[in-house]
Amino acid sequence: MPSNDERWLDADAGPVVRPYALTQGRTRYTGDSFDLVATVTATRSFADPGALAPEHISVLQLARVPTTVADIASDVDLPLGVVRIILADLRELGLVVISTPVVMAERVDKHTLREVLNGLRGL
Amino acid sequence: MDYGVCDADGNRQYRAIKILLAGGFGVGKTTLVGAVSEIRPLRTEEPLTEGSLRTDNTAGVEGKTTTTVAMDFGRISLRGDLVLYLFGTPGQQRFWFMWDELAIGALGAVVLVDTRRLADSFPAIDYFERRQIPFVIALNCFDGARRYETDDVRLALDLEPDLPIILCDARSKDSAKEVLITLVEHVLVTADEPLSGIA
Repeated sequence: MPSNDERWLDADAGPVVRPYALTQGRTRYTGDSFDLVATVTATRSFADPGALAPEHISVLQLARVPTTVADIASDVDLPLGVVRIILADLRELGLVVISTPVVMAERVDKHTLREVLNGLRGL
Repeated sequence: MDYGVCDADGNRQYRAIKILLAGGFGVGKTTLVGAVSEIRPLRTEEPLTEGSLRTDNTAGVEGKTTTTVAMDFGRISLRGDLVLYLFGTPGQQRFWFMWDELAIGALGAVVLVDTRRLADSFPAIDYFERRQIPFVIALNCFDGARRYETDDVRLALDLEPDLPIILCDARSKDSAKEVLITLVEHVLVTADEPLSGIA
């Protein structure tokens, strides 16, 4: 059995390289930063999906209904960093809007806290 | 193919609430997230720091600068547009780069503690204290682990008297729910207090 140290860099190591091939080797996205729970929404119909990579199309399809960055990353099963670059590409093309979550103030307000509390109690 | 979309409804958004779950390796983070929410896979990448390059075996992959880290990611739809997101992240210092982002706008954090390995929770507690992120301690009561009084744990971890410490069974939905409720109640109480240390 591999030791803990080795665990980080053997079987798990391969997939990291290939996903970044999807981003042409870029590891940073451009434009405004966005949160893990920012909402992504596709803006309009896109006539020529052939111009996009399949992964970009998958992400765009998920964003047809407002979806968070984390949900999209989980659904397409790609590392978060890769998904962020794809999202930034789509934003640059005007195909998605990425909105800051409503509740992203320094602190969550008390009204929302009470709503969360009631929601949790009702689970 | 047509990717027609919600233009008219384009402003509709979730109110996404983030809660962080921190704790040492094997403390039950995945179990707790799975008990109370629909748990889903989420991968991210860790830049290999000098520290991890020393400890990780990078022979043969010298050009490699990132490695994959799996996060525990859970989603709880509360009501209407209100959605709670749980992010379980490893507790070691080398993962703080992930927390820095997760912590922005987060409601608060739960530090899950195994009383047999209290020291594993020190970095997480330090992290949240320093950044004034409200948190609670949840003691995962493993079978066979000695039951500690919460006061003993408070002393051992040098925690403020008003910081909630709750016993839990990470496998139980009700128990996991109670942990989250304790956190939200704690945040509500502390929301009344002025922030210390801010001029």
